[in-house]
Amino acid sequence: MRNFDYHAPASLDAAVALIGDKEDGKLIAGGMTLLPTLKQRLAAPSDLIDLAGVAELKGIKREGDEIVIGAMTCHADVAASDVVKSAIPALASLAGVIGDPAVRHRGTIGGSIANADPAADYPGAVVGLNAKIVTNKRVIAADDYFIDLFETALEQGEIITSVRFPIPERAAYQKFRHPASGYAVVGVMVAKFGADVRVGVTGAAGSAFRASDFEAALSENFSADAIKGVKMSPDGLLSDIHCTNEYRAHLVGVMARRAVAEA
Amino acid sequence: MKTKVTLNVNGQERTAEVEPRTLLVELLRDQLGMTGTHVGCDTTQCGCCVIHVDDKAVKSCTMLAVQAQGKKVVTIEGLAAADGTLHPMQEAFRDHHGLQCGFCTPGMVMMGVDIARRLPGADEKTVREQLEGNICRCTGYQGIVEAILSVVNPGAVKEHHHA
Repeated sequence: MRNFDYHAPASLDAAVALIGDKEDGKLIAGGMTLLPTLKQRLAAPSDLIDLAGVAELKGIKREGDEIVIGAMTCHADVAASDVVKSAIPALASLAGVIGDPAVRHRGTIGGSIANADPAADYPGAVVGLNAKIVTNKRVIAADDYFIDLFETALEQGEIITSVRFPIPERAAYQKFRHPASGYAVVGVMVAKFGADVRVGVTGAAGSAFRASDFEAALSENFSADAIKGVKMSPDGLLSDIHCTNEYRAHLVGVMARRAVAEA
Repeated sequence: MKTKVTLNVNGQERTAEVEPRTLLVELLRDQLGMTGTHVGCDTTQCGCCVIHVDDKAVKSCTMLAVQAQGKKVVTIEGLAAADGTLHPMQEAFRDHHGLQCGFCTPGMVMMGVDIARRLPGADEKTVREQLEGNICRCTGYQGIVEAILSVVNPGAVKEHHHA
């Protein structure tokens, strides 16, 4: 790991000022991706600005029809939260299958979403549940947030403060877990909001996306049978050492049907 | 440039000069001389370096020493009582033959204590799932799972492996 200067601001304003001020600064949340990246020297920032001491970025609450999760809330806290479990159990169970227990004690929702790993779990929930990403500057809709591999709508120096999840009538998340890494080979969040159904897919492409053919069929009839004949196109999906794009396209259908059955 | 970090390790206040890039496990092993915490993979996968920071199991190879400023750290050295009486989880590992070569053991025991704290009464399947991030290359999981289960849910222990 190359050396850097370390800063631990106590407020969001101080963090924003620091990231704006440093030549090649980087924010660190839980560090579960960033620290391994630094060890491999895939990144060598001049400064690390640690958000762990910014109290206003932590916590979980219900506000009306939304669950609001502070960006620095760790996965274990989301998984164990009674507020989340009673309103959106699918989100709590998703948080409980990220990485392993020790990783879940450090990794945060804001860090996961800002990093936008194509195989991370939370992007599937953000897209599937139509969450809003709240930053120090604005509110970004889920559909406008993920751009491509590790690329989001966040601007330089923009800091996620919280994620707002609308509470669905029913929802479930199913993932085909890579047996060694635990990452999603494919993960699907299905959520029903009245007549609208959203299907958020992670792991399958460069970034999380909505499976619109599945959404249309499920809006007509919310049952696993309704999407039996719906095929996901492999075009544009990832092919890598784990599996081909055709295999991932097939998994989208399987995970979607399992999620609908569970919801 | 070095920076000062002060943390509570196993009940004692410790201060050290570290580089910002110094890992917490490097501080513990190389500077504080506490080599009970092991480094197996250095890539957040094997769990040999699991310790408790503010009462939560974390992988100390994937945390900076400076991030532990002001925190309460407990390592494997801090589990037994001052008179040498083993912690019940350590005793259970001995009793159920929960180790072979011993390399993964500090992390396994620290994770076991964390599981016992979070999930009292957990069944065997849950204990196995919770050990996701701890790897034993002697393939000694049977005894490890049994040892942890004997603390969190004694009634669920079906067999008893003796050394």
